[in-house]
Amino acid sequence: MSVGITLSTSGRIVRQLRHDRRTVALLIVVPALLLAVLYYMYEDAPGAFDRIALTMLGIFPFVIMFLVTSIAMLRERTTGTLERLLTTPLGKVDLLFGYGIAFSVAAAVQGAVATGVAYWLLGLDTAGSAGLVLLIAVVDAVLGVALGLLCSAFARTEFQAVQFLPVVVVPQILLCGLFVPREAMSGWLQAIADVLPLTYAVDALLEVGKSAEATATMWRDVIIVAGAAVLALVLAAATLRRRTP
Amino acid sequence: MNYQSAIEVSGLVVDRGRRRVLDGIDCSIPAGSVTGLLGPSGSGKTTLIRAIVGVQIVKAGTVTVLGKPAGSAPLRRTVGYVTQAPSVYADLSVRENARYFASLYGLGAADAERAIADVGLTSAARQLVGNLSGGQRSRASLACALVASPEVLVLDEPTVGQDPVLRDDLWAQFHDLSGRGVTFLVSSHVMDEAGRCDRLLLIRDGELIADDTPAGVRAAAGTDDLEAAFLRLIREREEKVAA
Repeated sequence: MSVGITLSTSGRIVRQLRHDRRTVALLIVVPALLLAVLYYMYEDAPGAFDRIALTMLGIFPFVIMFLVTSIAMLRERTTGTLERLLTTPLGKVDLLFGYGIAFSVAAAVQGAVATGVAYWLLGLDTAGSAGLVLLIAVVDAVLGVALGLLCSAFARTEFQAVQFLPVVVVPQILLCGLFVPREAMSGWLQAIADVLPLTYAVDALLEVGKSAEATATMWRDVIIVAGAAVLALVLAAATLRRRTP
Repeated sequence: MNYQSAIEVSGLVVDRGRRRVLDGIDCSIPAGSVTGLLGPSGSGKTTLIRAIVGVQIVKAGTVTVLGKPAGSAPLRRTVGYVTQAPSVYADLSVRENARYFASLYGLGAADAERAIADVGLTSAARQLVGNLSGGQRSRASLACALVASPEVLVLDEPTVGQDPVLRDDLWAQFHDLSGRGVTFLVSSHVMDEAGRCDRLLLIRDGELIADDTPAGVRAAAGTDDLEAAFLRLIREREEKVAA
């Protein structure tokens, strides 16, 4: 692993994103717009917007970064650049952490805009600070990136890559506590929810909603999400083969 | 000419799916030469190239490059590989591509500019690769391999779609670099490029049919036309197999 190569790989990925203005615009504007829709949906239900918008600030970056990364990595594979990179001094971990860093930068920009809009324009109200919400959103985005990289190893085409969304992402959204509080779910569903990393991200956000100060539970949750992301990145590196059939 | 060999292939067998793509290839590529790898589409050229750069899973046999097993870590600094489809980032400029590949070898902007100039793309350096013509794109891809000043350059059909003047320039450049000790393995399916090589490997249906200098191939087949010479060698071989 080389820090220089990892950083220059992140730089290259950010530069690729920058040339794609439409993607940048979509990345930044869409979550904020969706939050505005939620705001009007729950205008007459006091408190509901605060809870749902807060959860969504963690879910949006996760879903979007999962999709963007799995397609980006698949493109790297199908255009032959991956095969070529693997004949250079670049290490597999350099490439994957390069992706992780580049998309966390993108996620930080996206999260800052979405969080800013939620608090200042839509009047989101939480007991804890917006800074913590942003931190959790970025860690969540890194999780999305890591799972996207891992899943793209098992996809040969864009069609297959997109199909991993319902397989890997949707169950996590259903069970994370957004629709039904986890305590209200039956035991076996809770057991599944307990091993899905998004559950901990949402739990951390709800902690920020409830308490003025960062709680121990929140930090534990953040560490679990970050750990799951690193584990997925390492697994993704392990599934990346220099030699292929 | 007495060369030391840069690439040694011995008993190489590769299966892709159920198909045997390479069936016992033995050859040796001399250092500081330009060797042409010729054969029709589907003959196994790309597979042999992939085995030499160490990205192909092989069933049997060994490939040694500069005395080390193909694909081993030290070779990643000294072997340059240009794939058949230009493998550069279409959403980056030529310069951004060259600088990124330079950075993988710990090199800087000056090396990137030199490589861009070497392939004649200086005036297009700021353009996105995706907006270039096919020929320019494959030269951008070549620049990203030249940037590291490799000792061995393996090029899969680098001259496809290039205009004749540029193609001539590229070949002149290959010979110029090989004069300074760089070993080239260049694949092509166009026979008129065969005459430009120091040595030729002819491959067909996963088997090596000829491994000689162009003069040697001409003499063996008894004709001055390389295309006709290859045809004769293939026929002779088929008759031998049938007999």
